Amino acid sequence: MAKISLIVNGNPVNANVDPRTLLVQFLRENLRLTGTHVGCDTSQCGACVVHLDGKAVKSCTTLAVMADGHEVKTIEGLAPDGAPLHPMQEAFREHHGLQCGFCTPGMIMTAVDIVHRKGHDLSDHTIREELEGNLCRCTGYQNIVASIAAGAKAMANSDLA
Amino acid sequence: MYEFKYHRPATVRQAANLLVKNEDAKVIAGGHTLLPVMKQRLASPPHLVDLSHIEGLDGIEMKGRSLVIGATAKHANVATSAVVGEAIPALAELAGMIGDPAVRHKGTIGGSLANNDPTADYPAAVLALGATIVTNKRRLKAEEYFQGLFTTALESDEIITKVMFPLPKKAAYIKFRNQASRYALVGVFVAKRPSDVRVAVTGAGSEGVFRVTSFEEALKKRFSPKVLDGLTVPAEGLNSDLHGSAEYRAHLISVLARRAVEAATGKA
Repeated sequence: MAKISLIVNGNPVNANVDPRTLLVQFLRENLRLTGTHVGCDTSQCGACVVHLDGKAVKSCTTLAVMADGHEVKTIEGLAPDGAPLHPMQEAFREHHGLQCGFCTPGMIMTAVDIVHRKGHDLSDHTIREELEGNLCRCTGYQNIVASIAAGAKAMANSDLA
Repeated sequence: MYEFKYHRPATVRQAANLLVKNEDAKVIAGGHTLLPVMKQRLASPPHLVDLSHIEGLDGIEMKGRSLVIGATAKHANVATSAVVGEAIPALAELAGMIGDPAVRHKGTIGGSLANNDPTADYPAAVLALGATIVTNKRRLKAEEYFQGLFTTALESDEIITKVMFPLPKKAAYIKFRNQASRYALVGVFVAKRPSDVRVAVTGAGSEGVFRVTSFEEALKKRFSPKVLDGLTVPAEGLNSDLHGSAEYRAHLISVLARRAVEAATGKA
C-alpha cells in the first residue's frame, strides 16, 4: 500500500491505496465522487476527464499515487453544494448539451479547460478541434458545441473558474 | 493490472539506482503508453519508477545553437512554448498534433522516444532534425538511437534526460492520421539543415522510423516539391494492415513529403 495526500475539490484527502489504483477508481470508489465516469477505460472517450493541477487529464490513465501532492478537481468541485451551478454547467442545461448524459461530466471538465487555455470567445471550429478527446455516443455534438460557446462567454462574468 | 511497487525518486541518479536494483522495473512519466499496456496485462513490471517529480527534467531552453527539451516536458508544453515556436515551429506543431488535449497534458517527449512506437510522431522529428538523445550515461545520435520496432539503444538502467535539436533552416511535419486512433498512418518530417536535407517517415516502416535517402538527395540539389515528381518509395518493408496496404502507405509517403516541402518553403 502507498500513503497519498492530495487536495480534491479544495479539501485535503489522506489515504492508503494499492499503487495500481487508478485515479478514477480512487475518486469514485474511495471518495464516492461518482460524477466522474469511466467510459472506455482506454484514454479515448474522455468521460473520466478531471483537472489535475488545473489541467484536463484522463483519470482512467493516471495512477492515484501519481496525484500524491497534487490538486484534483472533479465535476462535483465546479460549484459548491447547494449553490447555483457553474456557468458551464448552466450553459449545458440551457442549451440541452446532453442526451443520455453519460459523457457530460467529461465534456464539461474539458470545456472549462478549453476556456482556461483559449479564452472566452470560442469559434465552433476551435471547440470541435478541442473536443477531439471527448466522445458522445449519442452524437449530440451540435448542442454540446453551442453549450460550450455560451458557457465560455458566461464564464467571463463569473467568479467561478 | 497486476500488482507493482511504486517509486518516486527525486533525482535521475536515484531513479537509475532503482533501475539497477530492480531488473524488471519500468520507468513511467506521463503513463499514457505504459498504463494502457499494463491494464491489458501485456506488461506487468514489478516496479514502476516515476520520473515525473524529478525537478528540472522538463525544461525547454536554447543552449548555444541547439533547442534543448527535457525528457519529462509534456507535449502541451512543447506545443505552446514560445522558445520552441521561435526555434523550430514545425516541432511545436508536431507536439500539438499528438493525441488530444488531455493526452498532451500528460504525455512526455522522453516517454514517446523511449517507447519508439512505429506510429509515434516524435521519432520522425528527432531523426529528420538529427537530434541528439542525452541520457544519464551518454549522448546518442538519432541514427544510432532508433533500432527497430519498439526498440532503442537504451540499456535497461539508462534514462533519457534531454533531447538536443540543432536548428534547421526550414522544416515541416505533415501527418496523415488514422481516423480512429489519431496515430500517424504515415507522417513525414522534412528538414532542410545547414549541410543537407533529411526526410524521415513514421507510421509506415515495419522497423519503425526511417529516412528516404532518394528524396533527400533530390531535395539537397533543390529544395522544392517539384524535384520529388516521379520519385517513389518501394512498398516492400512497409506496414500493411486493415488501415492501409503497403502500396497505399508508399503512395502517401510521396504525397506527404511533397506537402511537407511545400509547407516548409512557405514558412521561410
